[in-house]
Amino acid sequence: MMKTLTKRTLAAIAAGALLATAGPAMAQGKVVRFVKAGNLTILDPVWTTAYVTRDHGYMIYDTLFAMDENNVVKPQMVDKYTVSPDKLTWTFTLRDGLEWHDGKPVTAEDCVASLQRWGKRDTMGQKLMDFVKEFKAVDAKTFTMQLKEPYGLVLDTLGKPSSNVPFMMPKAVAETDPFKQFASYIGSGPFIYVDKESKPGEKHVYVKNPKYKPRSEPASGLAGGKVVKVDRVEVVDMPDTQQQVNAIIAGELDVIEQMPHDLIPVLKKEKNVKLVDWNPLGHVFVIRFNWLTKPFNDPKVRLAALYAMRQEDYLKATIGDAAYYKVCSAAFICGTPNAVDAPDGMLTKPNLEKAKALLKEAGYDGTPIVLMQSTTLPVLTNMAPVTKALLEQAGFKVDMQSMDWQTLGIRRSKKDPADKGGWNVFHTYSVSADALNPISNAYFAANGDKAWFGWPNDPEMEKLRDAYAKETDPAKGKALAAKVQARALETGQFGWLGQWYGPGATRSNITGWLKAPVPVMWNIEKK
Amino acid sequence: MLDFIARRLVAIIPVLAVVAVFVFLMLRLTPGDPAAVIAGDNATSDQIADIREKLGLNEPIWTQFAIWIGNVLQGNFGESFFFKKTVAELIAQRIEPTLALAICTLIIAVSVAVPLGVMAAYRHGSLLDRFVMGFAVMGFSVPVFVIGYLLIYVFAIELGWLPVQGYTRIGVNFWGFLERMVLPSVTLAVVYIALIARITRASVLEVLNEDYIRTARAKGLSNRVVLMRHALRNAAVPILTVIGIGIALLIGGAVVTESVYGLPGLGRLTVEAVLSRDFPTIQTVILLFSVVYVVINLLIDVGYTLFDPRIRY
Repeated sequence: MMKTLTKRTLAAIAAGALLATAGPAMAQGKVVRFVKAGNLTILDPVWTTAYVTRDHGYMIYDTLFAMDENNVVKPQMVDKYTVSPDKLTWTFTLRDGLEWHDGKPVTAEDCVASLQRWGKRDTMGQKLMDFVKEFKAVDAKTFTMQLKEPYGLVLDTLGKPSSNVPFMMPKAVAETDPFKQFASYIGSGPFIYVDKESKPGEKHVYVKNPKYKPRSEPASGLAGGKVVKVDRVEVVDMPDTQQQVNAIIAGELDVIEQMPHDLIPVLKKEKNVKLVDWNPLGHVFVIRFNWLTKPFNDPKVRLAALYAMRQEDYLKATIGDAAYYKVCSAAFICGTPNAVDAPDGMLTKPNLEKAKALLKEAGYDGTPIVLMQSTTLPVLTNMAPVTKALLEQAGFKVDMQSMDWQTLGIRRSKKDPADKGGWNVFHTYSVSADALNPISNAYFAANGDKAWFGWPNDPEMEKLRDAYAKETDPAKGKALAAKVQARALETGQFGWLGQWYGPGATRSNITGWLKAPVPVMWNIEKK
Repeated sequence: MLDFIARRLVAIIPVLAVVAVFVFLMLRLTPGDPAAVIAGDNATSDQIADIREKLGLNEPIWTQFAIWIGNVLQGNFGESFFFKKTVAELIAQRIEPTLALAICTLIIAVSVAVPLGVMAAYRHGSLLDRFVMGFAVMGFSVPVFVIGYLLIYVFAIELGWLPVQGYTRIGVNFWGFLERMVLPSVTLAVVYIALIARITRASVLEVLNEDYIRTARAKGLSNRVVLMRHALRNAAVPILTVIGIGIALLIGGAVVTESVYGLPGLGRLTVEAVLSRDFPTIQTVILLFSVVYVVINLLIDVGYTLFDPRIRY
């Protein structure tokens, strides 16, 4: 009797303890624990171009337009839009039932203020604003955009998928100085940010927005109905990739945004984990030259460097498995409307004779060029050694300097000569979704000091980009994009060094991860 | 005694002043621009320049220092460049895991290392003694992260007994807290056990040859009483000293351990702040670590009087 009682008592205590432990988790419903490729520290997606902040934006904000899985821009918050015959007046009408998380209705004034703030920061937004005469809120749900002259990229700009995304925010928030970070979390998107439970450096908590009204169309890319099928998403800050792998194997994580390629084989063996190619466009490697300092201030030297490049060498050294890379000499991403192959096998078949001849013509004196190597972003670590080898074959002398990515990010903004703390060459990568046309692809900007690091200054390129921006006929636009690419190769503006794909990983009970250039959490189910 | 404590507390001020100047200058003089990190990878030079201006990083270095130190003296440690929170808030959020890790590590280390060291000294030259010495060498030689990954592989992945990573706040779920503290604490304790066990062994060994131990034994006292009451107590001062010195080791180890186990503590905050050049956070965390180090050593000094009545201040 005593024994039985003791057992029962113990069982009751154990059950009580179990319930007490399980209580909060059960109350939370379906929770997805997600690790991003970077730690989320800044929550203002207009203030920074960091992808992790962009992804936070997609959780809590919504967009007027969005790109579907076929890279076609579709209305999202917008119900309908019209363009005047002279293509100067665009009228947008919002969908019914759009609400901010605090219950107030989304108005046309909110959208106008959001576009104006974003247009002061984003490169594509700035370009659009150059053409905008005025925005006007016609009524609570309708606003117009009056242009000074026709602009061919209105929808591509408003539906741009990546940083900085034109997210809609309440007017009071959108009126924040665009160069100051705001501390608001009120959006109208499918998730609500739970500030009280979020602890930077530990986790960020989002819950399903019960009042969100998804579009009726099925979800496709970033467009269509954003139907949330889980109750809560916890974005866990876990910078160590080995730790991420251990945690997903142990079932402590549900989703990893992107796997380092060397750890993919480990997860392939795990039956409870699957790899997901969620970003069909992938990423593209880039080499940047500093136009301000010797010897890359000479176009012949830049061209010589490009003639030495072979994409496959880079892709093999960094990605390894051919299933996760694609040799592609088109700057605007293979498989998309603006893609055109580079001539003469440039970037895919080195022409060392030509490279050497160009160096000779340029009178290169053998001064070592400073090549910055990032050692902390695994996917970039092996880029610089390949460049060193290829450039040395072409006759360059290369001083490869290793540093962490943050240091590289700081040093690349220096315009000093290479031997005085500046630089000559570095590598980076971008999501392919950012590289689809000559305006969104910031590497093509050639407006000197205002251009991206390397500061190319080529008025001819800027004329071509402007012409592309104004062109409203897609066929003519494609021809102009080809001219932009040809001009970049003519001046050796920069190099694109191959496309690659970084699959994510999920537990096998997770389904519905949409194919899109951004990892989004709507449509995901946990069974 | 109170006079001694007061003098030591006052002595903290110049120590902190030196640390403050040193850290401030070190951060400003080494390459690094938080504006470039904040702006993100796709930002242009103009955007970075605008952010620099807004953060006040274009002011002369001494102006920046005067503003910062003036605020610190008023108890305002500034706002993190990145988290949009005050540094004090950030530290308050992150201090619990680090404190928990330090306390659990100390408990494990002292409760394992002191008996091991005493037994090794008592059985000098035996297998146990060799084991303790071998363990000490291993504990010093193997990096903390290697021990961490090894323990995770065995106890979390293969055996599935404990979680791989993460932290549960003590107020949320005590058992969850305990199970998530076991592996990190053991990982960090290894080097600490090695250090304390070695010093304990050496100190007790020295004391065991003293006349008063022989006298105690001659009086017929049991081995346990001789070891615990006479030998260990007299050997305690160097052991206490090494525990104090080890706090620096603990702080350094916490940085690595928190990263390996995904603990959201001050160690990880330091790493994140350094990588992103978050000046206000780095400056405050280092000041805090300095205060902790000085205060712990003060407590150790006070603790001497408990074990050795001859010590008076």
